[in-house]
Parts: sequence; C-alpha cells; structure tokens
Amino acid sequence: MPFIPHTEDEIKQMLDSIGVSSIEQLFDEIPKQLRQDKLDNVPLRMSEMEIARLMRERAQLDSASLCFLGAGAYEHHIPAAVWELTTRGEYYTAYTPYQAEASQGTLQLLYEFQSMMAQLTAMDVSNASLYDGATALAEAVLMAVRANRKSKSKRILIPRGTHPIYRKVVESIVKNQNIQLEEIDFDLQSGVINPDSLPKDPGDVTALVIQQPNFFGSLEEMDSLTNWAHQHNALVIASVNPTSLGLLKPPGLWGTDGADIVCGEGQPLGIPMSSGGPYFGFMCCKQAYVRQMPGRIIGKTTDLDGKDGYTLTLQAREQHIRRSKATSNICTNQGLMTTAATIYMSLVGPTGLKTVAANSHANTRLLFDKLTAINGIDAVFDSPFFHETVIRLSKPETEVIDQLAQSGILAGYSLSSDYPELGNALLVCATETKTEQDLQLFCDALSNAIA
Amino acid sequence: MTNVLDDLKYTKTHEWVRQEADGTLTVGITDHAQALLGDMVFIEVPEAGTAFTTGDDCAVVESVKAASDVYCPVSGEITESNEALADAPEIVNKDPFGDGWLFKLRPTDENEINDLFDATSYKEIMEEDSH
Repeated sequence: MPFIPHTEDEIKQMLDSIGVSSIEQLFDEIPKQLRQDKLDNVPLRMSEMEIARLMRERAQLDSASLCFLGAGAYEHHIPAAVWELTTRGEYYTAYTPYQAEASQGTLQLLYEFQSMMAQLTAMDVSNASLYDGATALAEAVLMAVRANRKSKSKRILIPRGTHPIYRKVVESIVKNQNIQLEEIDFDLQSGVINPDSLPKDPGDVTALVIQQPNFFGSLEEMDSLTNWAHQHNALVIASVNPTSLGLLKPPGLWGTDGADIVCGEGQPLGIPMSSGGPYFGFMCCKQAYVRQMPGRIIGKTTDLDGKDGYTLTLQAREQHIRRSKATSNICTNQGLMTTAATIYMSLVGPTGLKTVAANSHANTRLLFDKLTAINGIDAVFDSPFFHETVIRLSKPETEVIDQLAQSGILAGYSLSSDYPELGNALLVCATETKTEQDLQLFCDALSNAIA
Repeated sequence: MTNVLDDLKYTKTHEWVRQEADGTLTVGITDHAQALLGDMVFIEVPEAGTAFTTGDDCAVVESVKAASDVYCPVSGEITESNEALADAPEIVNKDPFGDGWLFKLRPTDENEINDLFDATSYKEIMEEDSH
C-alpha cells in the first residue's frame, strides 16, 4: 500500500463529487465538546534525519543497564534464531490473514501457537493473541460478564495485589459498561490474599481475578481461591506469567474445576523488553465459553483433496459479522510478536521453559538471601515467590533507584506510590540472565547506596 | 418451495408462533428462514425468566453463512428454552416447526398476537422476499 497523502486538488475533486464544501463539514455532526482540535504534546513534524537521531538517543537511554527491574516485563535470553526467522519476509506481517488460500504458513503457525498456549495453561482453547497483558485482562473481565449467565451483578473482584497498571487499564475499558470492580486486599504479612478472609456470603459475584504470581512476585493460594469463587457461582479469571508455567501448576488445574478464563502478558516468551512494547496478550478458556472469547481463532480443517488446511474459525464472534454485538471491537492480534513467541516456545520446548523458570527462581532466591543479609534491607512478605520479590530499604527507594541508575544498574520498581503502606519498598527481579557476579555487583551497589 | 403451516402465526422477520393450550407461545424460525441461512452451527437461546418486548433480539442463530438475531414476536417473559439445540443445532434445519422450536414465552398482552401474520400473509411476504 503506497503511503502518499492526497493533494489539495484531489481532496477538492472528491469533495466536489459528493457536494461538500470542506472536510470540516463532514464532521459537523460531532459535537464540539467531543472533538480534540490539536494534539498539544505532539510536535508538528520532524525530518527523517531528526527522527533517526531522536530514536538513537532514546534507545541509548535503555542500553548498558544491568537490569533487576521486572514489574510486568522481563529480560530473558532470546535465542538468535527467534528473530532471524520472525523477520523473514514470509512471516513479516502484524496481521492475521483472512485469505486462507494465500496464508497457510502464517495460519498454521498461529494454530501451533494456540495449541502450545492451550497446553501450557491446561485449557481447552486459545485465541491467536490480543494486544498486551493489561488489555487481555480487561477483555477477560468483559468476557466473564457475557459468559457467566448465573450472575446478574456484573461485580468483578480484583485483588489489590494485581499489577496496578493492569487495574487502571481494566478500569478505563470497563468503567462505562456498568461493571463494578471491587478490590480485595492482600495480607500485609504474606503479600497474598488470605483465603480465610474471604466473605462466607459474598452475594452475586460475576468473576474473581487471580494474578499468579501477583504483582509482588508472590504466589497466591490459587486452589482455595478458585474453589471459593466457584462455590459462589463466580468465574475465575487467571492472569499468569507464561514463563512461570514451566514450574507452577497451570490454571486449568487450579482447585477442583480449574480457572475459566486465562490471560496474560506474552512478552517473556521471546519478545525483547524494547522500552515497553510492542508486546502481546494471550487468552485461553474452557470449551464452554469459546463463543464468548474475543479475538481471532485459527482452526484446522481438511480441504477438497483431503489435505490439512488452516483457516479463521468461529468468526461470528467478530466485529465484521456481528458489529455492535461482537465479543470485542478490538478483534485484532499481535501477529508478529506471536510468531516470535511460537518460534521461542518451539526452540526452548517444555524442558527449556522449565529450566528458564527454575533458574530465574533460583537467582531471585539467591538475590533475596544476599539482599536481606545486608544491614538496612528487610524482607517484606513471608510467602513463596517466583522470580520477583519485595524488599524494604532503610532509605527512600526512589533515591536508591536514581543512585544505582548512575552506575548502570536498574535496581527495580518503586512500590511506594501504589502501595504506601509498604514503606520504602522495592520490587526486584533476577531472571536466568543474571550470573552470581551480577547479583553480587547489585548487592554491593545497593549496600553502598543505603550506607 | 419451503413449508408454511396454516395453524401458526408469523412475523415479517421469519419467526413463527404457536399458541399453546396453557396460554404460552412457542417460538421458532420458519422453514423458509432455515433454508436461507443454511446449516446451523450454533443457537443461543434466552434464559427462562427474562422479559422481552416485541422486536427485541432475544436469540441468535448462527449458520455456516451468517449469524442472525431472532426477534421477540410478542412481549412477554420466557418460560422455557430449547436446551437440546446447544448440542444439536441442526434440529432447526431438520424440523423447524417441531423439535427445532427456540423458546416458549408467556405474553404480557394477548392482543399483540393479533398483530402477527397468518399463513397466507406470510406466504406473500416470502414471495416478495424472493423477488
């Protein structure tokens, strides 16, 4: 598609042929107060040279850091083959192809992606991806409201231990749809929900969100939480880190009946952190709810010659068929990121993913032990964690973060603005990419910073 | 030519209505509608206890060709839905006026039934449709 703007002559010609005097007139029916005239923070234009320079400078801000920052995006080793293959011309598209006869390669790849995700989460079906982990959770909330026919309340319980940015995104997307989000607090000692603190008679609840590991890296008691929700006719929405499923029990096996909808951020599966995106969201569910699932789904079929073939399926859920009644009006996916993730999963395999998860956990465990041995650094929670955990410093963590950044170390995520009750709390993460020397370097730098 | 039964009432949007002895109405889609839509793959029926007014979309029939809304022919409250269609949507193709019924409802105003079409008028609507 050529990206050539219309000339003034062409615009005039088109306006003349429909009998309209100006482009402005076409938008007349939109009330003034709903219109955004100018985007004040967006500069008018830059030359290619200026943009290239700006992007280089921005990219440099991210380079050369020893990263102990997780909080939703994680640094993992990405085998070189992943992006070498992903960026080949045959795969290089962000879109799900409608034209099955011309797109069998991409369609088969997405089918494999779905099969892998369904296996990883122990769920029946997967879609072909969504935008990111936060919007996937919002879509899961909307889906639960459609799918839970026993509930009329549109009440969603969402733990405070869920990623704060996810909670904000969910609120932005669902707040005008008569959906009530109610927070459940975490236990200050364990950092997770105490299942015994849940009400005996919660009333009509549509769904319970369980993030595993939660934002603090801590492991929720997902079996009791799942059973509690199901006892009260609420659906269970699991938001999970895919790497963690190399070690942890998959959501499909939580409690007696398993989670109903599973979503999460796919970035750990072969996508570089790259300043925050693009990433991709994933979503899986039980077979019974597949018609309420948003997004594309690729199906396998047999063609006239009896050969395997792949095509988009169950499309009645989508906006081009059911319009305003579609399951979602963001029925797109992150095709290229999904391609990379599929290749990543194929290369590392179940054993590789388990090793990545186990080594990340071991490094974080070691880091936690080293850090909490330092005078002025304390553990905050006493529950088990995956590859991320919270420590409390004897001095404001924001200052320490700035100080360590000067020596090229990203110390972690400051929790005091979202969780002031935790004090000078810092969320730290050590994935499989860290060596023992890296951990020691971090500990020494942190120790100096608070001394 | 598809079948039209003389003892039923019809809507312009191809639903049929049967008045039962207990005062409820059974609703389905016509033979003509199922023939136009083709093989059914999924039917979503309303839940008992839900109230609808005339013209509300209250069910969805999804075929290999399209997903279409089914409109409530007469205001009322759903008393029963055909749960068998969840596992066997093809019943609507095989027996649209019989086992392929979608739901039963208790009308709030029986006079509304008089606004429906009889078999003769419905045949004319079908005729017009095919031109």
